[in-house]
Amino acid sequence: MAVLTEEQTMLRDMAREWADNESPVTAFRKMRAAAPVEGYDPAAWSEQAQMGWAGILVPEEHGGAGMGYLALGSVLEQLGRTLVATPLGATAAATAAIILGGSDEQKAKWLPKIAAGEVVATVAVDEGPNFDPVRIEASVSGGKLSGTKEFVAEGDSAQLFVVAASDGLYLVEGDAGVARATRKMADSRSHAQVAFDGAPADKLANGGDDLLQKVCDRAAAATCAEMLGMAESAFEQTNDYLKTRVQFGQKLSTFQALQHRMAKMFTELEMMRSAVEGALEAIDADRPDVAQSVSLAKAVAGDTLHLVSREMIQLHGGIGMTDEHDAGFYIKRAQVLETIWGNAAWHRERFARLSGY
Amino acid sequence: MATAPDTETLADPLDAFRVEAREWLAKNFPSSLKGKDNAMSAVEGGSEPTADEVAWKKAMGEKGWGVPTWPKEYGGGGLSRAEARVLQEEMGRIGAWNPIGGMGVMMFGPTLLEYGTEEQKHEHIPAIAKGEVRWCQGYSEPGAGSDLASLQTFAEDKGDYYVVNGQKTWTSGGQWADKCFALVRTDKTKKHEGITFVLIDMNDPGVEVRPIRLISGQSPFCETFFNDVKVPKKDRVGEEGQGWTIGKRLLQHERTSLSGGGSASRLLGGTPLSKLAKQYRGEDAEGRIADPDLRMRIVRHEMDTRAFMLTMRRAALEAKANQGPSAASSIMKNVGARITQNRAELGMEIMGMAGLGWEGEGFSEEELAQTRTWLWGKAVSIYGGSTEIQNNIIAKRILGMLDHQ
Repeated sequence: MAVLTEEQTMLRDMAREWADNESPVTAFRKMRAAAPVEGYDPAAWSEQAQMGWAGILVPEEHGGAGMGYLALGSVLEQLGRTLVATPLGATAAATAAIILGGSDEQKAKWLPKIAAGEVVATVAVDEGPNFDPVRIEASVSGGKLSGTKEFVAEGDSAQLFVVAASDGLYLVEGDAGVARATRKMADSRSHAQVAFDGAPADKLANGGDDLLQKVCDRAAAATCAEMLGMAESAFEQTNDYLKTRVQFGQKLSTFQALQHRMAKMFTELEMMRSAVEGALEAIDADRPDVAQSVSLAKAVAGDTLHLVSREMIQLHGGIGMTDEHDAGFYIKRAQVLETIWGNAAWHRERFARLSGY
Repeated sequence: MATAPDTETLADPLDAFRVEAREWLAKNFPSSLKGKDNAMSAVEGGSEPTADEVAWKKAMGEKGWGVPTWPKEYGGGGLSRAEARVLQEEMGRIGAWNPIGGMGVMMFGPTLLEYGTEEQKHEHIPAIAKGEVRWCQGYSEPGAGSDLASLQTFAEDKGDYYVVNGQKTWTSGGQWADKCFALVRTDKTKKHEGITFVLIDMNDPGVEVRPIRLISGQSPFCETFFNDVKVPKKDRVGEEGQGWTIGKRLLQHERTSLSGGGSASRLLGGTPLSKLAKQYRGEDAEGRIADPDLRMRIVRHEMDTRAFMLTMRRAALEAKANQGPSAASSIMKNVGARITQNRAELGMEIMGMAGLGWEGEGFSEEELAQTRTWLWGKAVSIYGGSTEIQNNIIAKRILGMLDHQ
């Protein structure tokens, strides 16, 4: 993995330890059974906030750590390993929007609350089932926003929405003029249709014409980090299983056909890590090729997680098909993350366009 | 031209070295050679070197900067890794290139520095550092390819010397080599422990070399026959039976050189595929590559290449930070091979019939090169441990998967 600073290393190790001990996959299974209205475990979210994770991106003057995207990614990666269900990723995406596009007043109003874990925030862009930041019909008139957003992550509980309207991004608080309809999806996480009907909206006026793209790129990069953790964990669990399962009097891991499938997956995983960390580093360095780096990361991450989660089931055989086993959790969440913020095909097309192909 | 910083006031000792390197290069690198890296043709035989090429090689050889990090006492540059990087930067800045290369530098030298006796190091390393002696590798045999340890070439103990009989194959540059580092069998009752690492003089009358013609028309490899070749025992590296250990260590150097930083510039070199595609296949109304399917496959290839470059960079940083090789380095050979081959196949597809020209009129130089590159590229996933062997290594060494019982 990327060479981290001492501070980043401490953060990553703390997240790894917390996920392994306090929020293993059994915690996700319990959350699914309890089905809280928020779509996540509030106690786990509160612990994360106490450890300062909600404020990783938030500048120090607003009560955060001001650590950047590689640091955020190193935490999300650990959470992805055990499928931790909290609104950290969605809130970070909204945080990015406020940092990039907010006025001093907007930052002072929201960032300290976000850093303290008092506000769950999210970004609402899509108005259909596929990522399409170009087709936005939601509009604002006289400071009131109207329009319907589909499949908004953490839409069930978010108190603050960053909403894409036809003329830019707006902050909308989650009460007056906001109607939510839960969308129960395969990954058992919170997704909701959110209808805005004359909701008071406060424009994020800074950040330039490409603010929406910048925010989507940061949301995608954070998603890639979660995908990286999921893929590595799914791969490790599969490797462990092959070393214990015996058929024909042999451990499955001694069969060369399976060894080579694992070696190929390992190869793709190493490439995925490079691409994902490369995108996070590009954002931190504010490099001019952020968009290309993110498209590279999301396309490679999408393809690789798809491969690993599919093979996790196939190589586990029948047991991997059962609800009792965790493999299903991984492939369901994987398919959601492969789709959100643009699937591999969408990002390949954008990469081609940006490269002048 | 930028003024050189004043050495008296430099805080960073590297800056002082940078000044030294810059001044020396300005004095010694012939500007006629700028950007004309002929390292490949040197390995493959090539044409007679020009006077400037001879002078440049001599200057670098005497300075030891062709092998910058090797110890000075054996003719190396004696530089730290950081200084070597500075040297590389300074050379890149003026289009200078390293005229010292080949298997002696990339594989045999580092191995001998590790396992050789003082006498052996003093005998062989300076000549490698000066580029005076060309080495070839005597490993593979007709019956020992991926299963290298089953090699049969036998070295019979005659007291002060061995008598070697047998056949090697895929000897890169065997027809131009002065010497050969070889794995031979000194004990027929053991497999791995019966192998010994020896140095053979290619001018011995018992050595016969026959170039092998490949599908690409080139003959970079040879069959090498040993008939009663006398090898003094002073030319054995390590102990009898230690050859497998030493030979494997050398293969690690080989893998690094086959897939590592050296290939990065080659991967990105040449006309970009997207440009080639527009040139041969045209553009649509919006200026995109006209064939949408081809366009997307070029994107996939380009993304694969970028992820590979990022992985090489990451592996280098991790190795430096952790003082040891990164797990990511185990995937380099296979990914490098697939990218090289994929690029050649895409290039050929783009050119259509023009990308299949063999020789003569009617084809551009680039088109003729395309054909040969495509065919030669088939070797990349076979030599230096095939893709399948690399996958075995990943499965066993990294993933801890075991042999079938």
